[in-house]
Amino acid sequence: MKRKCDKCDNPAKVHSIEIIKGAKVEVHLCDEHAAEAGLDSPEAAVQHTPVDELISNFVKLQSGEKKDRHVCANCGMSWATFQESRLLGCPECYDHFDAQLTPLIERAHEGGSHHMGKAPHHAGGDEQRQRQLLRMRKRMSEAVDGEDYELAAHLRDEITKLEEGA
Amino acid sequence: MSLRQITDHAGEWLRGSGPQSDIVISSRVRLARNLAGYPFVNRADETQLREVHQRCRQQITDAGLVSEIIWVNLRGSDPLDRQLLVERHLISRQHARSKGSAPAVAICPDETFSIMINEEDHLRIQVLRSGMQLREAFDHVNRVDDALEERLPFAYSRKFGYLTACPTNVGTGIRVSVMLHLPALKMTGEIEKVKRATRDMHLAVRGMFGEGSDAHGDLYQISNQSTLGRSEAEILADFQSTVVPQIIAYEQQARNALMRQRPAVLEDKIWRAWALLTNARMIGSDEVLSLLSHVRLGINLGRIQTVDISVVNELLLLTQSAHLQRYVGSELDQAARREARASLIRKRLLPT
Repeated sequence: MKRKCDKCDNPAKVHSIEIIKGAKVEVHLCDEHAAEAGLDSPEAAVQHTPVDELISNFVKLQSGEKKDRHVCANCGMSWATFQESRLLGCPECYDHFDAQLTPLIERAHEGGSHHMGKAPHHAGGDEQRQRQLLRMRKRMSEAVDGEDYELAAHLRDEITKLEEGA
Repeated sequence: MSLRQITDHAGEWLRGSGPQSDIVISSRVRLARNLAGYPFVNRADETQLREVHQRCRQQITDAGLVSEIIWVNLRGSDPLDRQLLVERHLISRQHARSKGSAPAVAICPDETFSIMINEEDHLRIQVLRSGMQLREAFDHVNRVDDALEERLPFAYSRKFGYLTACPTNVGTGIRVSVMLHLPALKMTGEIEKVKRATRDMHLAVRGMFGEGSDAHGDLYQISNQSTLGRSEAEILADFQSTVVPQIIAYEQQARNALMRQRPAVLEDKIWRAWALLTNARMIGSDEVLSLLSHVRLGINLGRIQTVDISVVNELLLLTQSAHLQRYVGSELDQAARREARASLIRKRLLPT
């Protein structure tokens, strides 16, 4: 039986059942009225996750996260974050999100999908090296965060060497 | 050289007249670049941003682009100075408000080029010229880019070109724009049609201060939107040979039409603006831009002959909040600014 909203004829989507002073208080509201009443907050929703959803969440956790192509392996930016901010996190995001980015880029650039303009003269443009530098800087930053200063210093030397090799 | 020195006189691009300057106020070309091997600004940590800042500062100085570079650390700078730089189009509003680490800007003394550091990208190189001088601005910005590229490794891929934080800038990273004064198109009611047509051609139409600003004073910034799939030269050629000359022609036609068909309406608008500006004792900045627009038109059409166009161009800048306060020499609240503004205008428009 589809429950109707307490305040109107639309189907109720948000259900709140509370025990107040030993008495059961039920509230059933549609999206609109729930928003009005401030009941569509995540906290409210979490308390009342439908059972089938709870089960499927549990199953997902058990099977372990498969390799997520929606997160950049270098900077950790997720596709969802990009969709919100419209900014990518690092040069490697262009590789990781290539599939998702391509239609977006073509739309933004009147069908253009490949660079047709100038290129840097120097080997600083060498993509292999750029990727290495990115990775090493990330590891160096993590080493500093983890207070492994010896590793950080070592990485700094390697980075300098790599950059000077230009 | 210090920030004070550039703020004491208006930049070349505003004082100079340049070609077609009755309608084209200025031309601008900017390039977006990021250093290879670093996350983009929005994802980099403080150490990395400071490193980017330091490296850029070192290499920009060592590149010897001009005899002296003015370097401004925006963190810890006077808010009035930052506002000044925004008014002068040397930094974006976003950059002035930056809460991030190590935002900065490098400016050459005559303000023809400036480089924002750690705005949306690590580097944003821009060149400003008065009037219609896109080709000159383009050549200049490329020279700066080439000189820096000798010393700084830029993030680049063969497929996507110069890599930028926002995919809408990727590839050439080039933004070509002109600022146009279109009062007649506004008066004849055709401006909306022109805006729509321009947007249909994949160009952006914005107000005086770019993204999110209104078209006060009948000033419009037109720029390209697409940066990938064409070379820099093609983007420039498409921009400057198609839509822009057309808009300029439309404005010219609208001016001629007004002079022929409704001369009294036109004159009335011009002289009312003149009357207000030369007599008001208190005036707000929005109103001033609107009135200066009509006076500017009046000078272009030869109706007002007692004042040179460069005076009006300078007033467009000096009547803005931070410039006004610098000119007067102290911070002013809104009421005081309204008074100071009116006083400055009367002084400049009426030769003693």
